[in-house]
Order: sequence, then C-alpha cells, then structure tokens
Amino acid sequence: MEGSFVQDAQVAAHRVTDRDDVAVALRLLEKGERAAVQGEKSTMTVEVVQEIPRGHKVALRNISRGEPVFKYGAPIGTASAEIPAGSHVHVHNLEGNRGRGDKQKENALTERGGRAE
Amino acid sequence: MKFMGYPRPNGTVGVRNLLLVLPSVVCANDTALRIAAQLNGAVSVTHQHGCAQLPADAAQTYRTLVGFASNPNVAACIVVGLGCETLNAKNLAADVARTGKPVASLVIQEEGGTIATIAKGVVIGREMLSGMSVQRREERDISELTLGLECGGSDAWSGLSGNPVAGVVSDMLIAQGGRSILSETQEIIGAEHILVRRAVSDEVADKLLDAVKRAESGALAGGSDIRLANPTPGNKEGGISTLEEKSLGCIAKAGTAAPLQEVVDYGETPTKKGLVFMDTPGHDIESITGMVAGGAQVILFTTGRGTCTGCPVAPVVKICSNTPTYVKMKDNMDLDAGPIIDGKATIRELGEKTFGMILAVCSGQTTKTEELGYGSFAINRIGPTQ
Repeated sequence: MEGSFVQDAQVAAHRVTDRDDVAVALRLLEKGERAAVQGEKSTMTVEVVQEIPRGHKVALRNISRGEPVFKYGAPIGTASAEIPAGSHVHVHNLEGNRGRGDKQKENALTERGGRAE
Repeated sequence: MKFMGYPRPNGTVGVRNLLLVLPSVVCANDTALRIAAQLNGAVSVTHQHGCAQLPADAAQTYRTLVGFASNPNVAACIVVGLGCETLNAKNLAADVARTGKPVASLVIQEEGGTIATIAKGVVIGREMLSGMSVQRREERDISELTLGLECGGSDAWSGLSGNPVAGVVSDMLIAQGGRSILSETQEIIGAEHILVRRAVSDEVADKLLDAVKRAESGALAGGSDIRLANPTPGNKEGGISTLEEKSLGCIAKAGTAAPLQEVVDYGETPTKKGLVFMDTPGHDIESITGMVAGGAQVILFTTGRGTCTGCPVAPVVKICSNTPTYVKMKDNMDLDAGPIIDGKATIRELGEKTFGMILAVCSGQTTKTEELGYGSFAINRIGPTQ
C-alpha cells in the first residue's frame, strides 16, 4: 500500500488509487463545498452534494445503478442506486456481492476466485 | 537482528516464561482456574470444548490445545481433565511433552475430586515455577520469531494506516528470515485475487482459494446474507460499506513484498518461514488462539474502533488506525498510526517504529493488554455440539 497522505490542510479527501471511483473524507465534508481530492499521482476537486462524515466515501463521478464501484484499485461492490458525483457512498447505495446467500442464484461461486491474469 | 528470548528444549524460543494450567475439557475449567489462582506466575484459560464433539471438530480442538500449550512462551504446563471426556488429558499432556518442557496431567475423577486435584496441582505448579524462576533470556535471532497478524474493530482508516504499517513490519521480519501469519479467511473474501498472485505454487494458491470458498459457502449454504455479520455495525459506522472493502484493507497486513509460502489449517504449525496464511474465522479471539497454537509468539493487532482483547500466553501489540480513537482508548493502545492520515508520518516510518516495539516486547517489554492482565481464549468450532 503505497498511497501516502500529504500534509496539506487544503486536501479534504484521499483517493487510494487513481482508478478509484470514491475517495475517503479526511474531515467532515460540508454540503456545497468544493473538496480537493489527493490521488496517487493526480489531484482533482469534487463538489460535495451532501454532508459526508470523516472516514466515509465521496463519489468522484456519476455512478449508475449496477456499476461496480472501485476503491483500492479493485471493486468493493455494486451501486444499488444512481450515485451522483459528490454524494455519500455507503450501505444505502452500495452493496457487496460476496457471501450473498440471499442472492445465491446470481452468485455462482465458480465464476470468481479464479487466479487473476 | 537479535532479541532476548527464553530458549526451549526443542530449540524454539519463547518471548514470555509462563506456566499454563490448561483444562482439557469444559468440565475441568473451574478446577484449572483454582489451581492457577494459587500460583503466582501461572495463567489459565477456560473453554467449552473437549467432549460431545464430532470427530473433525474434536480433532481441531485437540490440535489447538496441543499447539497452544506447545507454544514456546509456555515454559511448563499442567493439563487438568475430568476423566470421562472424549479428549484424553493424558494424551494431550504427552503430546505437549514432546516439546521437552515440563508437563503434568491431573484427572479429577482419579485424584478424588476437586480439592485433592487442586492440592496436587498447586504442589506440582510450585515446583515448575521454581524451575522456571532460574531460566534466563538469551540473545536469539529474530528469524526465530513468528508474528501473528490480526485486525479487529476496523474502520475506514485501518486499511490505510494501521494495516499497511503491520504490512511493513511483516515484510521487515520476513526479510530477516522470520515468519508472519495472516489469518481471518472471511476477511480476505473479495481480495483473494490479489493475495493469490503472491502464492509460491499452484498448490498454495488452490489451498487459499479453497479456504475462501469454504468460508463463503458457509454463508451461501444457509441462504444467509454475510452482510448481516460482516462488516459489523462498528465497521459501517467507521465508513466501511462492504465485506470486499474491508477485505482489501485487511490484506494490507500481509505487506507488499513477501511471497505466500504456505496455507495451514486452524491451529496448525507452519513448516515454512516467510508469509503463511492460516484458515481462521474473522472472530478475533478464535483467530489469535489459532495463530498462537500455530506457534506465534507475538501478535500485532490493528484496530480503528478500538479493542481491548489480549491473549493469555502471547503479548498483543495494539496499533490504532486513527488518533481520535487512540486518544480515547489510550489504556488499550500501544501505538498510534493516525499521524499517517494527517500526513505527519509515513507508513514506512511508523512501520519501522512498530517493528522496534515488537522487538522490545519480544525481549520483555510489556504491552497494554499485559499490563491490564487481559487474556481471552476461544477455539474455533467446526461442528455442532452433540
């Protein structure tokens, strides 16, 4: 895990890898603010559309329902609702796909766990 | 690099010098506790196993108890059994005695009840403690250390500060010939595709993927939604939304450099040095007990929400992922990884600091859990009670 944090009071959110769709709020993000996001090699800003607690995730782009959501450079689940850029990404609009006995049919074990590359 | 440890007759090295009073069965718990209470320097554990178990479950309990008592931090052991149970106390004592350390067994039904057993246990224990009192630490190589990696009460920072720090420590230990154990199979679900790339062989890779498949199918078979158990409510409050997200943070404890050498069963002793995966549940206490049974002399435990658990025979070093929790739970935390998030320290810097603390702890420095006298013990169950 190389993604180091910069000591810069202006930076409000941390994007672990530049492939990620979300960033982690380094402090409480206020509705309406333009938050500076530090990535691995890139920086960007996102307009925050709702309050986001420290440690929670902010969407960096518009994510459609059904799309995978990336953090750590890997999928952490699927958007269960439309997620506009700048909004809070959490259990209300993001659901995990693993260990879902309740969704067993869509969850064929054989489809995953295979060796990558 | 060197540390100061207690040499054992079988060539291993302990970082603590303890007398363990070990019940072989749930029915011997009270007697074991009473014996240990009379002996300054003894520790005891209680558990609910040792009888009325299906064979695979009984075998796992037996392997775990033998391994736990064989851990080099245990200088001597008194096994206490009832007499009519499945798990034979004398066999257990004989298997622990293979390490060469002093071991005794007491069977309550043979000794003539509780009071006679306690009286005899105290006499034996005092002799053992007297022998232990003249044992001295000597300089040993850190390649003889096995570090157990654990995370519990995770938050969104765990995967970004505490766990990567543990990863640096693990990489440093392995670079010097030591061994790290990563565990908690549930908490690599969704990240196994990354870990498996580091496997040294197809066989090791397949064993890891099989363990993940078993852990996941446990939820799938029951038609359960794993989300109701993991992430926990505290994980979610801390910003973790899904098990995959938690897992991707968890595997950072395994560092970035070391190849995965071996996958072992719960409580099994690894044969390879370097990075080893042990198939344990995400339950912190069961996981730590399994790793200590597998020979880990010291545990590095990362937390974000704050947790207070220890282990009766191994020091547990707690590293907190964020400064607010560290400050709030200073009684329970040994190190603060929060400065990483604030940009005031790098993962490498805090990794080196933590590595230094692990070595000091292995040479005798106490941890917060030890100062509080905390020790929890739980064996992973793989079959229903009969």
